[in-house]
Amino acid sequence: MDYTNEPDCKLPLALIVDMPELKENPFRNRIVESFSEDGMGNLSFNEFVDMFSVLSEMAPRELKAIYAFKIYDYNVDNYLCKEDLEKTLNKLTKEELTPEEVELVCEKAIEEADLDGDNKLSYTDFENMISRAPDFLSTFHIRI
Amino acid sequence: SDEDDEREKRKAAARKGSKASRKKVSKEQSDDESEEDKGRGKKSGRAVSKKEKEDQNNDKKGNKKGKDEENKNKTTSSSFSSPPSPADSDEESLSEGEIAALKEQVEEKKKLIATLRNKPWRMKKRLLLLNDWTNREAQDFVEKFEGALGKGKGRRLYAFKVMMTKKLIKFNRDFENFKTACIPWERKIKEVESHFGSSVASYFLFLRWMYGLNLVLFGFMFGLVVLPEVLMGLPYGSIPRKTVPRDEQATAMDFSVLFDFGGYCKYSVLFYGFYNNDRSIGVLQFKLPLSYLLTSVGIFGYSLLVVIRTMARNANEGGDGGDEGEFIFSWKMFTSWDYLIGNPETADNKYASITTSFKESIVDEQENQKDENIHLRRFLRVFANFLILCSLGGSGYLIYFVVKRSQDFAKMDPKTLTWFENNEVEFVMSLLGLVCPPLFETIAELEDYHPRIALKWQLARIFALFLGNLYTFLFALFDEVNGKLEAEKSIKNATEWALHQYYANYSSFYNTTNVPPPNVAPADVIRGPCWETAVGREFVKLTVSDVQVTFLTILVGDFLRAFIVRFLNYCWCWDLEAGFPSYGEFDISGNVLGLVFNQGMIWMGAFYAPGLVGLNVLRLLTSMYYQSWAVMACNVPHERVFKASRSNNFYMGMLLLVLFLSLLPVVYSMMTLSPSFDCGPFSGQEKMYDVVIDTIQAMPAFIGNIFTYVSNPGLIMPAILLMVLAIYYLNTVSKAYQQANTDLKKKMQMARDDEKNRRNNQDSTNQVMKDLEDLLPNKSLAPTPVAEEKPLGTLNFLIVIDKTRTTRTKPGTAGKGVEVQKEESLSAPNPRRPVTRAPGPRGGPPGNMRSPQPEPGRGRGQIKYPRPA
Repeated sequence: MDYTNEPDCKLPLALIVDMPELKENPFRNRIVESFSEDGMGNLSFNEFVDMFSVLSEMAPRELKAIYAFKIYDYNVDNYLCKEDLEKTLNKLTKEELTPEEVELVCEKAIEEADLDGDNKLSYTDFENMISRAPDFLSTFHIRI
Repeated sequence: SDEDDEREKRKAAARKGSKASRKKVSKEQSDDESEEDKGRGKKSGRAVSKKEKEDQNNDKKGNKKGKDEENKNKTTSSSFSSPPSPADSDEESLSEGEIAALKEQVEEKKKLIATLRNKPWRMKKRLLLLNDWTNREAQDFVEKFEGALGKGKGRRLYAFKVMMTKKLIKFNRDFENFKTACIPWERKIKEVESHFGSSVASYFLFLRWMYGLNLVLFGFMFGLVVLPEVLMGLPYGSIPRKTVPRDEQATAMDFSVLFDFGGYCKYSVLFYGFYNNDRSIGVLQFKLPLSYLLTSVGIFGYSLLVVIRTMARNANEGGDGGDEGEFIFSWKMFTSWDYLIGNPETADNKYASITTSFKESIVDEQENQKDENIHLRRFLRVFANFLILCSLGGSGYLIYFVVKRSQDFAKMDPKTLTWFENNEVEFVMSLLGLVCPPLFETIAELEDYHPRIALKWQLARIFALFLGNLYTFLFALFDEVNGKLEAEKSIKNATEWALHQYYANYSSFYNTTNVPPPNVAPADVIRGPCWETAVGREFVKLTVSDVQVTFLTILVGDFLRAFIVRFLNYCWCWDLEAGFPSYGEFDISGNVLGLVFNQGMIWMGAFYAPGLVGLNVLRLLTSMYYQSWAVMACNVPHERVFKASRSNNFYMGMLLLVLFLSLLPVVYSMMTLSPSFDCGPFSGQEKMYDVVIDTIQAMPAFIGNIFTYVSNPGLIMPAILLMVLAIYYLNTVSKAYQQANTDLKKKMQMARDDEKNRRNNQDSTNQVMKDLEDLLPNKSLAPTPVAEEKPLGTLNFLIVIDKTRTTRTKPGTAGKGVEVQKEESLSAPNPRRPVTRAPGPRGGPPGNMRSPQPEPGRGRGQIKYPRPA
């Protein structure tokens, strides 16, 4: 990977998620994928900078919300459906919860945040919910 | 002119300041503009006058959101023609109007750069825009002219300011980190919290708080009482009270005697008896007795202050029980992971903590959803309480009986009693302490409370049980004190008689009246029984035995048990880990109560044994490390992990009660019992508080006068009355605030529900409105098209309205639809479809009727009749 001669190269996903800042993050794959143009996780330098700029503490709340939505949307259909939530929850708890508990939690989450009644969270629902969260800005933050 | 118009349009759009409108405007114009821009001087641009620059900047304002195809071909390296350089001439010749115009420009430029950050574009897009020649110029423009406009003396000052701000931010952050790192045991407690939940962690937080309190108390006692006596008082062996009596000297260094706090320990700074009663000692004329008295009282005062302040602070943080916000689960899911974590251990802890937190919320949710027979539950609860009251009464009577018997035994000769009879009291107390708590827990299972509430009941009951312990202990102590006082009287008489005899003999033998004091070695003087030191010793022994019992219980009950279960499991018939005995759970109530009562002992004993507080500090320190190790190594989390109540006020309340209970004996003994005549700082006085009175009298006259006036009943009674009134007033005010709080919460909840329903495009959940709508005359006539579909004929319009009522309200909220929901089992469930189109004409194709929603007008409270089919 010769950066001086080919400044336009793309780093593969496996290399980026090995960074110390991302190594312990359960969502590291999704983070890198949502910032890559090809959706596969290969980042050029500009996209890399973009990623860390969004995750820095100077980025505005709306921008972070947009990207948070993209990160948690596993099947990339612009909605956080139940399967997305289940995957998120399993990643967060390392699958320690029983299936009934997972079911209950996802049900409750959708019930709380869903405003238009379609049993999945659109970006408006998500944004409405996350804008009221007190610690969203402080947790969705990587210092590099 | 077309261009001018466009420019005007763009200017207007820009000045509105809303990104959206600008976006729209620019989007419409972007394609048109691309041609014009090309012509307008992307490539050229040298030596443009200021006016032209303004024009270009206006253009750029208009098209800053647009994506120019041409721009893609230009990169930073190429076609970056030399920037215009009218700068020098401009700076010198700025007039007022131009300055104002420039300022405006600079602001707008800055806005542009700021908004560029907020767009969720790919970096490429943004860079392209920024690298655009005119935009680059904008940046240079800003930098250059900001200095010229006097927004700081040129760029250097501005840059300096920016650097200082950054340094300040960094410094603040480092300082916050440092402060957090200084909090002791924070990481340990966080680890426990991650694995065991916040209820177990609340015990450790309480322990840490106690440690802080005891540290301060130790500082007081040590600095104001012990240190002066050690540094400025007479050394060991100089006066009788500081020396071991002759007959005890043989055994004074034995370990068993020392361990019992006799021997050299008894005649040391640890206990009351060591202190001399000189009014002022040393070079600094430090008034030791006064300091002793005031410090002891001050300890109570300070503890009271701190406990109440902590309670008040906790009360601010909201009520009891879990948090009642909306979005609990959503927030937990999306905002609980801390993206800053880079350390694998921390990550493990965080995973455990998140899992525990979810489990806690699930428990809360399940409790909310429980829906059972209220009457049965109430009956069971009353029954359980009755059983527990019976057992408490029984244990109380048992303790009373045993204490009475021990009093009788004390009168008899100790050698005729068996070991059992000798130690009957301690035996019965330990038995009760071991048996009753598990008994209460089993009975409490009848009550079926939320675990948090069950914990509180358990605590209250065991507290009542331990009060019995306290009662017996104090009773025994007072008996001992009275006995010692009696003995003292006789010894005092004997000593005085002996002294009198000595003087008489001496004067008659040598025939002088100038009699030197008797030359007796301090160790040989006849000593009184010094009841205060005896009391102090009792407290110290109790504390030490308490420590031993706790540590042994943990070692055997938890560690050994875990050890056996783990290693014997390999060769045992049934699964030790799953069945009996399995690993222990951390006993929160027992430990908290132990801590609270221990502190009560310390408060009581600090007056009689100044060294006790220091001992307690050591005990708490070791307890912290030992118990946190034991919890992590030998215990398993509770089956139902529950969130501790957010305020720690329950523990604080118990502590306050114990504080008052422990204040009473000390104050009583200070006021009524007379001090020993030959030991301690108050020896020789009638009452202990005489020191204070003497000091006041020794002070200048007017201070004494002040005190006399202040202690006048005529002044004290109104003062007390005033304080009572103040308490009443503050109580009323606080109730009013609480009421206002609940009202506001209700309002917020209603607003949320309304908004939700409005978005769902349904009826308002207002029951009365619906009922009113029911009563409208025309409604029954108009054939609602839904009627055709539904099987239930006459209940049609009821169904239409009922259906829309089934919005899910949370149980426990302003109970709007809770009962109504139960009646609506007849109606079909709400399909909850998103409203993607306006309601079609009634009587249209059946496809429209699948989402039977009333017209939106109804939701707003307007009454529109459905259009005839």
